[in-house]
Amino acid sequence: MSAETSSGSSPAFAGLTPKINEWLSLIGGFGVLFGEIVRRTLRRDFDRAEFLRNLYRMGIKSMPIVTVTALFTGGIMVIQAAPIVQRYGAYGLLGWGAGFGTLREIAPLLTALMINGRVGANNTAELGTMAVTEQIDALRALAIDPVGFLVAPRFLAIVLTLFLSTIFSDALALLGAAYAGYGFLGVEPAVFYRGLTTGLLDFGDVAHGLEKSLVFGVVIGLSSCHYGLSTKGGAPGVGRSVNATVVASAAGIFVLDYLLSFALS
Amino acid sequence: MIRLHGVCKSFDRAVLSDVDLVVPESCLFGLIGPGASGKSLILRMITGLLRPDQGAVTVGERDVLAMGDMQLHEYRKGIGMLFQNNALFDFMTVAENIAFPLRRLFDLPEAEIERRVAERLARVDLPGFEGRLPAGLSGGQKKRVGVARATVTRAPIVLYDEPAAGLDPVTSQKIFDLLRAEQRAANSTVIMVSSDLDRLLTVTDRVGMMLDGRLIFEGTTEQAKNASDPRVYQFVHGKVDGPL
Repeated sequence: MSAETSSGSSPAFAGLTPKINEWLSLIGGFGVLFGEIVRRTLRRDFDRAEFLRNLYRMGIKSMPIVTVTALFTGGIMVIQAAPIVQRYGAYGLLGWGAGFGTLREIAPLLTALMINGRVGANNTAELGTMAVTEQIDALRALAIDPVGFLVAPRFLAIVLTLFLSTIFSDALALLGAAYAGYGFLGVEPAVFYRGLTTGLLDFGDVAHGLEKSLVFGVVIGLSSCHYGLSTKGGAPGVGRSVNATVVASAAGIFVLDYLLSFALS
Repeated sequence: MIRLHGVCKSFDRAVLSDVDLVVPESCLFGLIGPGASGKSLILRMITGLLRPDQGAVTVGERDVLAMGDMQLHEYRKGIGMLFQNNALFDFMTVAENIAFPLRRLFDLPEAEIERRVAERLARVDLPGFEGRLPAGLSGGQKKRVGVARATVTRAPIVLYDEPAAGLDPVTSQKIFDLLRAEQRAANSTVIMVSSDLDRLLTVTDRVGMMLDGRLIFEGTTEQAKNASDPRVYQFVHGKVDGPL
């Protein structure tokens, strides 16, 4: 018996076709939405009031969780480095060690994951609820462009929130590291500061992390808006969309972090 | 005049089949039929939210399917719509919801917007509700806010999808009377989808009945009540025995 089906495709691959279509549709959906957002942004055809409202909700209200994460992250980095620093007496390098890892990697990555959990999930839940309760259709019926009114302002607010939060997080993580260094290793803050500023680190290291944060912001913004807008199936559908956003954004952040670390090095 | 000609639409199965529907100007048209018979889809096609696979949708002289984004934008300014579950914006107050189309679509002074919002709220018997959020309203109150928003622009075409769903009989009759009064005052063309036939048929000029994606009846309200088609007669009179 032939392995070919009547339609000519192998049964082994027949099951793959819907999956491939699903992936292509997802990628196409992301691409189209991104294009629409970029078009509105370049034309400044988006709602400024919504942008500011979301910037406040997403940015200012995320500060407590970003603060806690950053301070403790800096402290954890010093605690992990403490045995090596003590063994080799490399107290002067503590600032460089903590700064290098924090600015280039840990602060942008952890801040992105926290913003993904707090802001991305919330954004998907809101847009998803609006989709299943016909509020998005109501906007269209009222001749109002949902991308310009809802999506572009949220996307831009997420990207800017993550960028500014990463700057804030960089500073706080270094502060946390400096205090942990003083508390656990007796390294004076002035020594820690000199380790940061004596030439081993430069603005390129800060920029490296900030460039990553912009890309992570795009990933979270695009993913949360896309999954929110495509929500179907009532409350369970909203739950599925939130789950998909958090997982897809986190996976995207790690994959792009890996690629960017190569590209920017 | 709103006209659908040969309209077909399929998703997993055919949901609309060769629908021909004409709604005369200044008419209050009731669209009835069992659940999932395609009534709401017709409203969405008239607003341009959904495109048929085949057929034509024209409103006045305008071909809805041929419109680009800008034309559709202008066209929708002339349509008011109440969605089945109201679709009030959760993050806006009652007043902001009602004022929303005025603020976004028309260049009106703020005092005029406030005056119109207050007038609409008084009309739907909700004065003093300006600052409330939709989450704090009852089903009937949300419905009335939805009616206020759908009618605030004085659009020449207004579409109501289940305006009395989930309401008690008294509130339901009040809503239908209000919608009829609004239609007469604005001389608008109205299509109303409702399962509450006892009350719907007290206000309609003409009625169409959908069954399995087909329009099986179209005529005056009196003709619907005395229809010779047993399916229409059974549905209109709520009989248990019959072909449905």
